[in-house]
Amino acid sequence: MTDTVAEMRARLACLNPLRLDILDESAAHAGHAGARSGGGHYRMHIASATFEGLGTVARHRAVYAALGDLMQNAIHALTIVATSPSENTPEPTA
Amino acid sequence: MDIQDRIRQQVEANPVVLYMKGTPQFPQCGFSSRAAQILKACGVNDYLAVNVLADAELREGIKVFSSWPTIPQLYIKGQFVGGSDIMMDLYQKGELQTLLAA
Repeated sequence: MTDTVAEMRARLACLNPLRLDILDESAAHAGHAGARSGGGHYRMHIASATFEGLGTVARHRAVYAALGDLMQNAIHALTIVATSPSENTPEPTA
Repeated sequence: MDIQDRIRQQVEANPVVLYMKGTPQFPQCGFSSRAAQILKACGVNDYLAVNVLADAELREGIKVFSSWPTIPQLYIKGQFVGGSDIMMDLYQKGELQTLLAA
């Protein structure tokens, strides 16, 4: 589990994050019907200057692109809050 | 018909399409459940919900179609809107209601 978080951090470094909080919530979802592939559930807050001027879809796409094939296997679900430095930083909501 | 053509036809023929795991009545994933609840909160009951767990080709094909790696996925008038985080974000800003009403 922690290996996945470390790998996520390494891959997201290309976005030069000013803040990167990753919470592993896999334990709360173990065994539910949609999670049979075995991938983990994560919640992330990432702040980066590269998000300035981008809409939410574009920001999430940038995160997905950086994570690459982790999204196909190691990560089953990912809640993303992506902010730019000029924005308030709301906490992710459940 | 190619799966990509099938999806294109589906999102163009139906004003609101939600690709999800399970059904609105019996969602099989918390994120899909949330997406269906947001549509309900917007007063949208008449939409096409597609259960990707019932079709392996579709489950992978929809990720390619939108270049988006996760499910659920919402389409309005043929346009990809986003997953459940984005739906919630737009809903809280009142923008999802506007998109759905247009």
